[in-house]
Amino acid sequence: MSTETVVPVDREAVAALSRSKQEPAWLAEQRLQALDKAATLDNPKLEKTKIDRWNISEYGKAANVQVVANLSEVPAAARTILQGEHNADPSSVLVQVNSGVIYTTLQEELKQQGVIFTDLETAAREHEELVKPYLMQAVQADEHRVAALHAAVWNGGAFLYVPKNVEVDIPLQALFYHQDANTTFAPHVLIVADTNSRVNYVDNYISDEHNTPSIHNGVVEIFVKAGAKVTYASIHHLSEATADISFRRAIVENDGEIEWIVGEMHNGNAVSETTSILKGNGANSDAKLICIGNGEQKLNITTKAVHFGKSTNSQMITRAVMREAATSIINGITKIEKGATKADGQQTERVLMLSPKARGDANPILLIDEDDVTAGHAASAGQVNQEQVYYMMSRGISRSDAENLIIRGFLAPVVSDIPNEQLQQLLKRYIERKLGQ
Amino acid sequence: MATQFVIDGLKATIEGKEILKGINLEMKGGEVHAIMGPNGTGKSTLASALMGHPKYEVTDGAVSLDGEDVLEMEVDERARAGLFLAMQYPSEIAGVTNSDFLRSAINARRGEGNEISLIKFIRQMESKMKELDMNDEFAHRYLNEGFSGGEKKRNEILQMMMIEPKIVILDEIDSGLDIDALKIVANGVNAMRSEDRGFLIITHYQRLLNYIKPDFVHVMMQGRIVKSGGPELAQRLEAEGYDWVKEELGITDETVGHDE
Repeated sequence: MSTETVVPVDREAVAALSRSKQEPAWLAEQRLQALDKAATLDNPKLEKTKIDRWNISEYGKAANVQVVANLSEVPAAARTILQGEHNADPSSVLVQVNSGVIYTTLQEELKQQGVIFTDLETAAREHEELVKPYLMQAVQADEHRVAALHAAVWNGGAFLYVPKNVEVDIPLQALFYHQDANTTFAPHVLIVADTNSRVNYVDNYISDEHNTPSIHNGVVEIFVKAGAKVTYASIHHLSEATADISFRRAIVENDGEIEWIVGEMHNGNAVSETTSILKGNGANSDAKLICIGNGEQKLNITTKAVHFGKSTNSQMITRAVMREAATSIINGITKIEKGATKADGQQTERVLMLSPKARGDANPILLIDEDDVTAGHAASAGQVNQEQVYYMMSRGISRSDAENLIIRGFLAPVVSDIPNEQLQQLLKRYIERKLGQ
Repeated sequence: MATQFVIDGLKATIEGKEILKGINLEMKGGEVHAIMGPNGTGKSTLASALMGHPKYEVTDGAVSLDGEDVLEMEVDERARAGLFLAMQYPSEIAGVTNSDFLRSAINARRGEGNEISLIKFIRQMESKMKELDMNDEFAHRYLNEGFSGGEKKRNEILQMMMIEPKIVILDEIDSGLDIDALKIVANGVNAMRSEDRGFLIITHYQRLLNYIKPDFVHVMMQGRIVKSGGPELAQRLEAEGYDWVKEELGITDETVGHDE
């Protein structure tokens, strides 16, 4: 039990913000309770990474935001990403700048089918019955200090509800833009996919490059009901001075399916945890994650699958490229609980190190309490294969181009799976940038 | 100016052991030279040393292509200068498609601002693949990944046809090929024969030389070219083996670089 410590967030400011946003009483209460808890909790315990030494207390101040009516009024850095090369306005998109959502639009047809896509603050007021049973339930405030602080300060965020049997065939998109490093930036994404529904959701976390220390404390919670399928793709690319902490968790019921596609292209220190809890029988999880570290970045990246249901399946693939003096701890955790018979869990972690100072640690962890299961893992950490470089060079390709082709090839399986052409292009651009092109 | 490739007194070591003990060879555009010899005599080392494989250290001698010093060049510079090595064991590279790889190789030679158009590239690649009886899907598969031995060899020839080098070195291109594949590969090579292109074919067997007619045949033993002649030399080697050469030269162990 740790002693009470000072939390980096002001209690009165949290209460005042709840009041000013006319939040329901249960939510205002939830925030304050979480904040009180934060003072008694430790930071999350991570494999081989002590985030106590990181600067993760720069929460800044919650900023008021100006809602805009048209995409043209959205700041250019965000707008150009949403419009892509073809300069097309997306039909269903949500934009958060700093502490709040400024723009939301949803295709009329989807509205009529009962799909809800709005910022989480609005959803908490207008759809309490769909928010209250889920908010901070997959990730709970008492798990650790970071989660508790998130529960206290989260702002803006996205809420997506897909009703029973509704299949959404266009990817819904959210963009979270931390424009001013002095503002609190803590979006919470809550997705509820009702029975037999289908949805693709993609999001993007960006900021301007600046020197002001700040934190992104984000949580993603996804509830996949029986027979539903959710694809969640996310790309992070925040400033070097920003600590990016993201906890993503899905709870998957009978025969439900979650697909995670994550591109950690952040420029600063990052903690990223992506977990599937396979609660129902026949539930399925597929997680693919790539990350690139450069400079002095420290990354702690975990993908995890917890099997409770029978005949549940999980696959995890992580590919990391470390340049310069970047270090990464890459964890894959497959946990199979007693009773999860016929479960199958497979994981692969591969780290490519491009410089003598780069460090990468791949840790496959299998925790299995049931006999009647199959599980497997593969992990490797090494350098670019010089025989491959020679082969490419022997065709006239320069060493740096050869290495880049090999590295891009190493990351290819995840890039090509992103269910949105614009985001694929964006991810490719970030990859080029992170690789120093 | 006709292509001219000169190897002069080339010596090379691997891990401190001398494998090439002074190779002399002169080739002109339009010529096909075959280097034959038993296993372990330094043939593949010659191919790798010419291309610049990092494991081999050249300790003496000179190599020039059209008067340019090849040994001064990095591997990629050698390739861009016109040298091509079809490898015995090509690398497999996941995530990089065959067509992306080839296009990068072609563009690397053409230089920035002068890249080949995508349409033109695809047309060329498709037509060359047809000549080599390769399925279209090979364009989109990852480079050599999961290719059979024969498919890899065809893929090497495809690269040669697309890149159009000045000097082509084929290192055991015939190993692991059945007779049909061998004919296809040989046709590919023959289609590329021209006045400004020289070929150096390294092989154990005369078989390949039935389909690609050499102008000159060299026998390699103990890290040196010990005998040279015309196509009739290859035929005699096929018929009688290498023992008569050893006898003639007083060689008991033809290999090189083995631990005593």
